[in-house]
Amino acid sequence: MEKVLMKGNEAIAEAAINAGCRFFFGYPITPQTEVAAYMAKKMPKIGGTYLQAESEIAAINMVIGASAAGARVLTSSSSPGISLKSEGLSYLAGCDLPAVIVNIQRGGPGLGGIQPSQADYFLATRSSGHGDFHMIVLAPNNIQEIVDVTQKAFDLADKYRMCVMILGDGILGQMMEPAIIDASGNTGAAQKPWALTGTGGKRKKNIVNSLYLQPEELEEKNFARYEKYKEIAENEAMCEEYKTDDADIILVSYGATSRICKNAITMARAEGIKAGLLRPITLWPFPKKSLMARADGAKAFISVEMSMGQMIEDVKLAIECKKPVALCSRTGGIVHSPEDILAKIKAVNGGDFS
Amino acid sequence: MSIVFEKPKALSENIFHYCPGCTHGIIHRLIAEVLDELDITGKTVGVAPVGCSVLAYNYFECDMIQAAHGRAPAVATGVKRVNPDNIVFTYQGDGDLAAIGTAETVHSASRGENITVIFVNNAIYGMTGGQMAPTTLPGQITQTSPYGRDIKQAGYPIRVCEMLATLDGTAYAERVSVDNVKNIRAAKKAVKKAFTNQVEGKGFSIVEVISTCPTNWGLSPEESLNWLRENMLPYYPLGVYKDKGSESEAQNG
Repeated sequence: MEKVLMKGNEAIAEAAINAGCRFFFGYPITPQTEVAAYMAKKMPKIGGTYLQAESEIAAINMVIGASAAGARVLTSSSSPGISLKSEGLSYLAGCDLPAVIVNIQRGGPGLGGIQPSQADYFLATRSSGHGDFHMIVLAPNNIQEIVDVTQKAFDLADKYRMCVMILGDGILGQMMEPAIIDASGNTGAAQKPWALTGTGGKRKKNIVNSLYLQPEELEEKNFARYEKYKEIAENEAMCEEYKTDDADIILVSYGATSRICKNAITMARAEGIKAGLLRPITLWPFPKKSLMARADGAKAFISVEMSMGQMIEDVKLAIECKKPVALCSRTGGIVHSPEDILAKIKAVNGGDFS
Repeated sequence: MSIVFEKPKALSENIFHYCPGCTHGIIHRLIAEVLDELDITGKTVGVAPVGCSVLAYNYFECDMIQAAHGRAPAVATGVKRVNPDNIVFTYQGDGDLAAIGTAETVHSASRGENITVIFVNNAIYGMTGGQMAPTTLPGQITQTSPYGRDIKQAGYPIRVCEMLATLDGTAYAERVSVDNVKNIRAAKKAVKKAFTNQVEGKGFSIVEVISTCPTNWGLSPEESLNWLRENMLPYYPLGVYKDKGSESEAQNG
């Protein structure tokens, strides 16, 4: 199959269309606007709908309506916009509705900046919005993987009737790489007997709802949802390991940052330090088993993240604090240099785990 | 014996939770009668709001979805865009539609979204126990305007039909009341028109229904109807504020 050169944001849009998504509701925000622009151009030509909402809040509620009506539906935004969508993410969870949400992160808090960031890790993995719930969070690090996880996102959303967030950053959204877009994936023709399509006078009415006034009923719903989450944690965690077999120091990093880690690992190994990388592809569920399997062999871990120590909590939990975990942070839109990471590897190698 | 009056088929067997004297029951019935008469229950999807009518999904015999506070028109937009052949309506109170959901209301109207909005205006937040609403009248006492709504401090009530009538996307906006038989009959006609417009693809239609809240107004049902006539109707005059008729077809076609 032919490779095409694509921007990350456009790859998401094209892959979503390939996955059978014909409805996109969004609101412009840098650095993800190309997703919307691509959809605006393409959807009318393939019988789909691109609709620019009056706000992120309206957009996510349109997603709720479209999902409830049975469609594969996408919205995309960047950090401040995701804050606004959080209300809807909670309702999607409470209603057990499938949807795919793209967050091309930028620096925060507040209006922050427009440069790349990974500061929404907590937002994405610790339930964005009120109440007990999770989203599946996919974190690709190259354009081909963006294409692949976008297809997977729609499949997982339908399979588990829940939200899947594709968590990228300004680098991934803006950079170009060749990728193969396979048009033979599942386009979501699966039956959705719960969808609101009208009873046709042939079945009982369907109700999509997140209100349970009886606490026992709500608790039961939440218990059931967490049983599902347990199954997902068991079956859907994904990661890539790079030179971890003999590694004394294992970097844990996702997204664009993980690519820079590989450079730092090459530099460290040239200096005789055995470093490796464990790259989570799913941030929720976090690849705990894979990390735990490396906990005995490694001397220390380093969480390399464009945030002030968010993912590091999951690394510590995953290895049950068996080994020291150091933090290598850049934030506010500053991207790590390989030298930043190398310096941290050397420090950790010398016993400084700060 | 022949049956001369019965419950509309589009209403479920569930017993309304509404307070005695509340007009939600009448308005629900009018919608259900219209769904029956137009024979569209099987293709209708209703959107319930947050407010007293949050449980509306239990009362209508069509597919239903419960929306976040104020977001019903956005949810309805999503449903309608996916299945344009479905008839989609929202049922919203004044806090839902004219305060927290103002943006969703205005923009679904300005897009000429082909949906039907039933807007119940009783000038108070009912479910939370009687607080000031965007439609609370100047001087009206509520839990959060205990000295009467002071326009210097709290501003003015919003006249929704007048506001939406200024938008090119609004096909039909009418204000009705359910305080007496004559007005109820007129309200039914308006509700039917708002649904018929959607069937015919004419675009955004809203019916504002002036209603009572005896519990939170602290009045008996009868006193409430009198209060509505004496206070609400002068501020919110009944009538058709917009009726594009067939003009809208070009825009929505």
